[in-house]
Amino acid sequence: MKKITTLCAAISALALSTGFAIAEADAPVLSIDGVVIATRAPAPEYLDIDEVISGWVFRTVETQALQMDDFDNPGMIFVDQALDDWNEVNGSEGKSCASCHTGGPEEFAGLRTVLPRWNEDAGAVWTMEDYINNSLVEHMGAEPWKVGKAQMNAMVALISLQSRGMPMNVAIDGPAAETWALGEEIYFTRVGQLDMACANCHIDNYGVMIRADHLSQGQSNGFPAYRLKNAKLNGIQSRFSGCMKNIRATPYAVGGPEFTALELYVASRGNGLSVEGPSVRN
Amino acid sequence: MKHITLLAASFSTALATATFAQEVTPADVVFSEYGAVEASLTGVAGNAENGASLFQNRKLGNCLACHVNSDMSDQGFHGEVGPPLDGVGANWSEAELRGILINSKNTFDGTIMPAFFVETAGVRTLDKFAGKTILAAQDVEDILAYLLTLTE
Repeated sequence: MKKITTLCAAISALALSTGFAIAEADAPVLSIDGVVIATRAPAPEYLDIDEVISGWVFRTVETQALQMDDFDNPGMIFVDQALDDWNEVNGSEGKSCASCHTGGPEEFAGLRTVLPRWNEDAGAVWTMEDYINNSLVEHMGAEPWKVGKAQMNAMVALISLQSRGMPMNVAIDGPAAETWALGEEIYFTRVGQLDMACANCHIDNYGVMIRADHLSQGQSNGFPAYRLKNAKLNGIQSRFSGCMKNIRATPYAVGGPEFTALELYVASRGNGLSVEGPSVRN
Repeated sequence: MKHITLLAASFSTALATATFAQEVTPADVVFSEYGAVEASLTGVAGNAENGASLFQNRKLGNCLACHVNSDMSDQGFHGEVGPPLDGVGANWSEAELRGILINSKNTFDGTIMPAFFVETAGVRTLDKFAGKTILAAQDVEDILAYLLTLTE
């Protein structure tokens, strides 16, 4: 038993020495075109941690810099493509997004901060992707876009951008409570051959290195995220899918109820952090 | 019937011995109260050189993903999730290390460390890994042999 105690002490010591003290001391500030992004915020009271921290803080100086200027941010190319889609007539009704939303994407300032949220008419929690597809199908008579694919991720990025700098503020109570609880359960359930839960890495071990990767809190406020790894925008649920495959678990369906519940729970863990959209990660 | 059973049993034993020594299945592993495993999984001495290779193989042991190991300072990016393994061969017994490799949850309750030789590792496991152990029995013995060389 003594050895076990010694080892545990060693683990704690390691966590302290490699933990967040260093990054905090010379913490850089993320400001994009004059908009200051809160990359750290006091944790909401329902969490088991003191502070919530954007994934941006955990990245290298080089990767961080790519997000500090929209001309350097490769994710902005896809935002431009989404603006073309915004203005393009699509579907049987002969409409574009712009036909109804005459104020432009700016009409949606603030929307990203409260999604996913309960939709009374649908009787379910909806993501931004759900709202976009509903508009495509019901208002425009067009085909829905695939959740997690390029066209959808780009439109989510364009609409998220309108909320840049605003604090995430998803509701976890009321009619969303049941979905939130499901998301919380998934977050803490160990799965896959490696038998790990989201919490094992993103609560217990954020701030330490797992081989060459600096473990973050797994926050979603920066999504969609342009990843240097695959050179495209990545939706949050696709990221969940990749994470689950890494631990050799069968992912839930992207756009399905389990990942939407997880998206709500993860978003709530970042309440207080600014919307970055689109962020740059590795 | 009894004779036939006996004969079949001795035949399969002979066959197993002929190809490689009898391997313990995950279900048959015997743990001590604190999670140590005295008996070799294979009866074949571990190959430390192969163990070192498995230690850094990202698809197999991948120990380096979570543990610093000064013996492999030629490799970049040692993980920090678990404790450093310097001196682990001197500080822990062979049986303790074998038990930790097989299923560390018996030694450290709730640890993040995967169990490398258990029958059913995790729920919702991807089809291609379902019902399989992360490491083969001899892999465990090989990594163990390597760990026992880390005495400083």
